[in-house]
Amino acid sequence: MPRPLLYFLAALAASIGVSAISGQLDPYLLDVSMGVGIAIILAVSLNLVNGHTGQFSLGHAGFMAVGAYLSSTVTLFLGPALLGEEGGNALTQGLLFAAALAFGGACAAFAGLLIGLPSLRLKGDYLALVTLGFGEIIRVVFQNVEVLGGALGLIGMPAYTTFAWVYGGAALAVYTVACLVNSTYGRGFLATRDDEIAAEAVGLDTTRYKIVAFVTGAFFAGVAGGLFAHFKLAIDPRGFDFTRSIEIVVMVILGGMGRTAGVIGAAILLTLLPEILRPVAEYRMILYSLLLIVLMLVRPQGLFQWSKKGGQP
Amino acid sequence: MTEFLQQLLNGISLGAIYALIALGYTMVYGVLRFINFAHSDVFMVGAFAGYYLGRHVPAGTIAGGLAVMLGAMVICAILGMTIERLAYRPLRGAPTLNVLITAIGVSLFLEYTGQLIFGATPRTFPQIFPVTTVQIGGLSVSSNQLLVIGVALVLMIGLQLIVFRTRIGTAMRAVSLNPNAARLVGVNNDVVISFTFGLGSALAAAGGILYAMNYPSIDPLMGVMPGLKAFVAAILGGIGNIPGAALGGLLLGTVETFVAGSAFSTYKDAIAFAILIVILLFRPAGLLGRFVAEKV
Repeated sequence: MPRPLLYFLAALAASIGVSAISGQLDPYLLDVSMGVGIAIILAVSLNLVNGHTGQFSLGHAGFMAVGAYLSSTVTLFLGPALLGEEGGNALTQGLLFAAALAFGGACAAFAGLLIGLPSLRLKGDYLALVTLGFGEIIRVVFQNVEVLGGALGLIGMPAYTTFAWVYGGAALAVYTVACLVNSTYGRGFLATRDDEIAAEAVGLDTTRYKIVAFVTGAFFAGVAGGLFAHFKLAIDPRGFDFTRSIEIVVMVILGGMGRTAGVIGAAILLTLLPEILRPVAEYRMILYSLLLIVLMLVRPQGLFQWSKKGGQP
Repeated sequence: MTEFLQQLLNGISLGAIYALIALGYTMVYGVLRFINFAHSDVFMVGAFAGYYLGRHVPAGTIAGGLAVMLGAMVICAILGMTIERLAYRPLRGAPTLNVLITAIGVSLFLEYTGQLIFGATPRTFPQIFPVTTVQIGGLSVSSNQLLVIGVALVLMIGLQLIVFRTRIGTAMRAVSLNPNAARLVGVNNDVVISFTFGLGSALAAAGGILYAMNYPSIDPLMGVMPGLKAFVAAILGGIGNIPGAALGGLLLGTVETFVAGSAFSTYKDAIAFAILIVILLFRPAGLLGRFVAEKV
């Protein structure tokens, strides 16, 4: 069996194992670790776009919103009809949730395709702004759809998200991104990032690579959104504004663009940081922002890249 | 028709404020090629500076109002130059992304420090200028609106004079065109960049006070949306282009006011971004910008 697949299955088994004993774990710890898992999915999927392919996207929270809302529609509106009065057993609930996540992810991916096709012609700052704009538009649209709760948000999702779902999703995201990037085909992502003009000159369809990265990233953001919705059990459009997108971007950059392990580390660190700083809650966000500035000044290559010779920009 | 003119007037006065903020974005982008996310929070600090300074002058007088505005502009100019010196200058030559993230960090820092110092609850901005409402043929024109348009016009003409008629303005344009060549002919880039930040931040402070006079509730997060929209305005007009920023601001303010007055009023915050996307797709260099092909 190929090694990445082995790792993937091991991670999957481990998360199911931990989930089985999650009843005995400290609820606070469990809560925080689920948040970490969702952050990992978001950061790793954005890393495919920002890190590996070098396209600066600031709209990841928008795709997360699409996944969160549309997977919730499945469990909220379709769920009772399919599962019947008593709510079905664990297996049917699991199948429904898997379908809901897949639907949320697929819708987010479709949104990614719609947004990516026109906007990936742009570069750098402009692309960042257009994706930011799209993220905000998605948010405003959800704010205005009364069926989905409008500005008040959507509540009443069943609490389907467990440790196994979150970390299974994270393992799948890491596995997919790793396999995609490390394949022969996937070298094109790196080429697109390193020198787009040269990549085009040797015949790579860079636009296609960008769109593949964007759509894949959006899919996993949608899945993360679905997990988030069935974990927090209440979502509202303001939770998916551009501050959230920036949070994810910061994880990718602090992790060292395009380094999956580093990005996972940064996702863990940045999700734990507010928890660690809870005793000084008043100064928490000030410290967070100062840390951001200082890190950019002293470690611009990312937190977890020790050798200066790494060579990648 | 009266309603149309009324909305147009409201739109232009909102647009004038957007234009003032947009000028700061566009000037900084012109010399450093990055989006100064912290600019929208300098705008917020400007409004708060006006709030505190406004206590020390007689309320409702033109002289007092102007004094407050000048004071806030000076404070924000110093703030802008300090931010540039401490956060951005050490990153000169670093990848744009890193500078962008630093800018986001500075923005968050100002917002949350603001919440700590000023408190998160909104405050009512004092009437620092005399307020009257004039009726012109069915139009109700508040003196604040006229003031906004008047002050914005004066500041923009002043800026145009600085950029095109003074030595430092020439240096700014030189750095914007080619930083290395500018250094070769003896321009001190650091001084010019610092000056640009000061100038842009002063305009943002004026914008903040004018905004607070028309929408008299200020809080530490008040800058976020106007800031984003002003940036859209800067791109709309062609980033790095000063008349373009003014035009973009006016256009955006007007369109937004008309949307807010229509049946789609809840989509008012989305319209700016929709315009941005359409513009970038069909005229990526903006309305007045020139398209420059990338050299290999």
